[in-house]
Amino acid sequence: MDYFIELFLSGLTRGSIYALIALGYTMVYGIIGLINFAHGEIYMIGAFTSFIVATTLSIYGFPLAAIVVVAGVAAAIWSSAYGYTVEKIAYKPLRHAPRLAPLISAIGMSILLQNYVLLAQTSDFLAFPALIPEFAFMEPVAHIIGSSDLVILITTAVVMLALTLFIKFTRIGKAMRATAQDRTMALLVGINVDRVISATFILGSALAAIGGLLIASHIGQINFAIGFIAGIKAFTAAVLGGIGSIPGAVLGSLVLGLTESFATGYVSSDYEDVFAFSLLVLILIFKPSGLLGKADTKKV
Amino acid sequence: MMMTVKEIKKSLLVSLWFVFLTFPIMVIKVNPIERTVTWRWSNVLYVAVGSFVISLLAKAWLVRKARAAGRQQAACQARASILQELLHRPGYRYPLIIMFSGLALAFPHLFSTYQANIMTTALMYIVLGLGLNIVVGVAGLLDLGYVAFYAIGAYSYALLNLNFHLGFWAALPIGGLLAALFGLLLGFPVLRLRGDYLAIVTLGFGEIIRLVLENWNAFSKGPSGISNIPRPGFFGLEMSLDHAMIYMYYLMIGLVLLTVFVVNRLQHSRLGRAWLALREDEIACQAMGIDKTRIKLTAFALGAFWAGLVGVIFAAKTTFVNPASFTFLESAIILAIVVLGGMGSIVGVICSALILTLLPEYLRALSEYRMLAFGAILVAMMIFKPEGLIAAVRRTYRFHERKSVAALQDDE
Amino acid sequence: MKSTMRINFLVTAAAVVLAMMLPGTGMAGDTIKLGVAGAHSGDLASYGLPTVNAAKLVVAEVNAKGGVNGKKVELLIEDDTCKPEVATNIATKLVSQGVDVVLGHICSGATKSALPIYKAAGVILISPSATSPELTQSGEYPNFFRTIAPDNMQAKPEVEFALNVLGVKKIAVIHDKGDYGKGVAELAKGFIEKSGKGEVVLFEGVTPGAVDYSAIVQKIKQSQADAVIFGGYHPEASKIVSMMRKKRMNIAFLSDDGVKDDTFIKVAGKDAEGVYATGPKNNSKNPLSQAAVAAHKQAYNGDPGAFYESAYAASLAILNAIGKAGSTERAAVTKALQTERVDTPVGTINFDALGDAVGVGFAMYQVKNGQFIEVK
Repeated sequence: MDYFIELFLSGLTRGSIYALIALGYTMVYGIIGLINFAHGEIYMIGAFTSFIVATTLSIYGFPLAAIVVVAGVAAAIWSSAYGYTVEKIAYKPLRHAPRLAPLISAIGMSILLQNYVLLAQTSDFLAFPALIPEFAFMEPVAHIIGSSDLVILITTAVVMLALTLFIKFTRIGKAMRATAQDRTMALLVGINVDRVISATFILGSALAAIGGLLIASHIGQINFAIGFIAGIKAFTAAVLGGIGSIPGAVLGSLVLGLTESFATGYVSSDYEDVFAFSLLVLILIFKPSGLLGKADTKKV
Repeated sequence: MMMTVKEIKKSLLVSLWFVFLTFPIMVIKVNPIERTVTWRWSNVLYVAVGSFVISLLAKAWLVRKARAAGRQQAACQARASILQELLHRPGYRYPLIIMFSGLALAFPHLFSTYQANIMTTALMYIVLGLGLNIVVGVAGLLDLGYVAFYAIGAYSYALLNLNFHLGFWAALPIGGLLAALFGLLLGFPVLRLRGDYLAIVTLGFGEIIRLVLENWNAFSKGPSGISNIPRPGFFGLEMSLDHAMIYMYYLMIGLVLLTVFVVNRLQHSRLGRAWLALREDEIACQAMGIDKTRIKLTAFALGAFWAGLVGVIFAAKTTFVNPASFTFLESAIILAIVVLGGMGSIVGVICSALILTLLPEYLRALSEYRMLAFGAILVAMMIFKPEGLIAAVRRTYRFHERKSVAALQDDE
Repeated sequence: MKSTMRINFLVTAAAVVLAMMLPGTGMAGDTIKLGVAGAHSGDLASYGLPTVNAAKLVVAEVNAKGGVNGKKVELLIEDDTCKPEVATNIATKLVSQGVDVVLGHICSGATKSALPIYKAAGVILISPSATSPELTQSGEYPNFFRTIAPDNMQAKPEVEFALNVLGVKKIAVIHDKGDYGKGVAELAKGFIEKSGKGEVVLFEGVTPGAVDYSAIVQKIKQSQADAVIFGGYHPEASKIVSMMRKKRMNIAFLSDDGVKDDTFIKVAGKDAEGVYATGPKNNSKNPLSQAAVAAHKQAYNGDPGAFYESAYAASLAILNAIGKAGSTERAAVTKALQTERVDTPVGTINFDALGDAVGVGFAMYQVKNGQFIEVK
């Protein structure tokens, strides 16, 4: 039973990590229907920015609390700036282009950003400073769940809640929902759609940056290529939950994380990804638009 | 070229923005172990100047494009590309075809083995592009796991040769047919899925195939791969390495011609028109009485078939296969070939396959900036040519009254 | 009218492109061309780029002293991204550029696919990092040499150390599903089973680059292993070790040359303490090794990465052999590599008939106070 609980908790952590990245995917998809393959790179840039800022500050002798706050804010600001710029350069000119054109420019952007960080920084793995301290009160259960797992779980829950409230109640959130529903109609009722799209990219990138900071701190290392696998997994999770749906992205991420964890625990980690993708195929066969996605019925 | 002060100011703002954007990553370099920080201020200057120039160039291009668009609208809307125009002009058509085929045939003798070798790779990607074009370009089914079929072809030759000492020529059709079979297998469960859901399932399928090859040692020898796969024979003739490569090149030329012929015939067949209908509007297509299941499955199977063939050739060419060659990035590049070429356009796919496979090779001069440039060029090409290099020209069917009346009379 | 102009333009453009594609011929043959091939971009770039740095430094030093046999050494650096198909392309490219010897490739897979091409052209290959036993032990590639030990040289001491010195009985063997990692892990598993002294309680691969390894760590705990033998590189090793220590598991962790890298200690920090790894003997006290690392720090303002010393040694060895042989002719260089001993950062070495380095002694190291200390 202990083993089951341990696997369950590690699955939850893994799922929460995916969720922080998947939220950005799903928001962008909901609004402009684009699979933003460069989103994984934005997450990587968030992790790198927080690494650079945190290490610099710690070299100049700032206290840990200040480092965490400043690194987090800096990562969010710069990731958002990258997200915003990527949208303006690679996707905005293609808004009326054939459906697959932005997908290819997204793949190009992903290659570009990866190599940019490789050249500007280093190809090597870097030690990420431990921004999440080991809490004393966690010591009795440390063999089951670590402090960083706890912080990740809480952050994901808080972020999801805040995001849901934001989308539900703020002006820009309402505008986002309107744009997601019908872009032309939103334009007609006077919503500045360009600004809504920018806001979506900024918000999604900021979430990815927070994810970058937490995950890098959790696993203790970064390099320029970490965005790719995380991005693919988060994308899978978003689709599993029903792409475009925010609770769906979180649910899909948790299901994916738990599946991988139990597959490793009870079968073999050799095939954890095979299990994850097979589950995806199975779920989509029975629910073709994901767990919480709206069925896409087309009326003629 | 008119550059107003306003535009220059705007470009200055852009360059300021990029200085801010790239600040942490370009300027600061930290060493967490020795606890030192290096501030590379000179990079600020490079970024500022670079982004300023690029922004001015992009603006100038946009102005020109807007003007050209204004002029064009007055003239004519849709124009065929230069190449298609050329091919349809009797005066140019045959000399052009003769020139191209002459060049293709003489290529390995004009250039070094290296050039012939990368050209063979480019030809392989042409066939892969044309195969995926059936699925994505013509039938409109977004497939992100095309590389799986390529892997199946490659491994079927490698394994058949390893276990049963089957030769290249025997393995070639088997590889193609096996891939087509897997195409059908993938096709069945995803029949109900649409658009991007289909994309992720195909991506998952591609990954599953790669992971199985990686983990199932007893079957595929795992990540260490299978080496010493023989090159194709030519009636039992012993060949030196150079000759074998040139032979491979001609083999690929032959396969490309065959593919172009078959794909071209397919596109204009009853099946091809059904695929186009499926791409344009699934519901209308069904309402027209087209059997959606059947044509979707044939699209998957026929697309996969070519990938299987090229897979066998891949195994023979590199004489070594391991799962690392069949990653998602490979699928993405093949997809980029189709989209950049102009969905559904055969000439376009050929051009973009040549560009996208030869470009990284010729960019080698840029050494470490190679992949950076490749990513940037991919983005730039999509922005400047979103509908693809050469848009597919729909065949138009004209109603010739006199002829059909005659035909009717004949029937009577 | 207009389209005729466009057509003329197209024809001119085609002619220009064709002219550009003509091979650059007639280059003077009075340099020694040293090819450097490996992954310089993509996710494996961190294993390939240090070799480029090593080659650049060695060649700069050699050229400053007047070159080899009175000829300057010229570098031809090519990126194979560790993909077999790209490796064959750049092998033909290097051969058509008239390369004399090649330092590389980095990955065993890429090396296997490129070797037949070099073999046909009579080009010698010396790799700093391709460890697949097949490359030398199959005897099929007489033109292949390496300054790194094959996988079986590493797996055996690891297993013997675990069973005989540490005295553990239950061992979990974990790998990174890669060419190198899985190779070492399988050999280790075989040695354990053959010895009859211990048992393999778990044999599994982890996905490199995954965001979290807690599930596999729980599974290791569940298997009640007394020790973990890990086959693979340091990024995964440090993630697994850190996770084990986080879960308060203090069982022994043994690994291979891919982990015996200073980056491992830097990244894993205090969690690295007590980890065992096999690696070439007494590097840190070797003055050549110290000089090589210092040169890197001076030139690139940072620490060298994976396989740097091995690549440095390979460059020295091959250039020395060319010097001793007096030419770049294959048979002469092969003989010189086999008979002439040369001082390198990894020890004083020459090569056996199969191409493996002799004199690269292997030792077991343990991390103590942030350094790899040889275990006597």
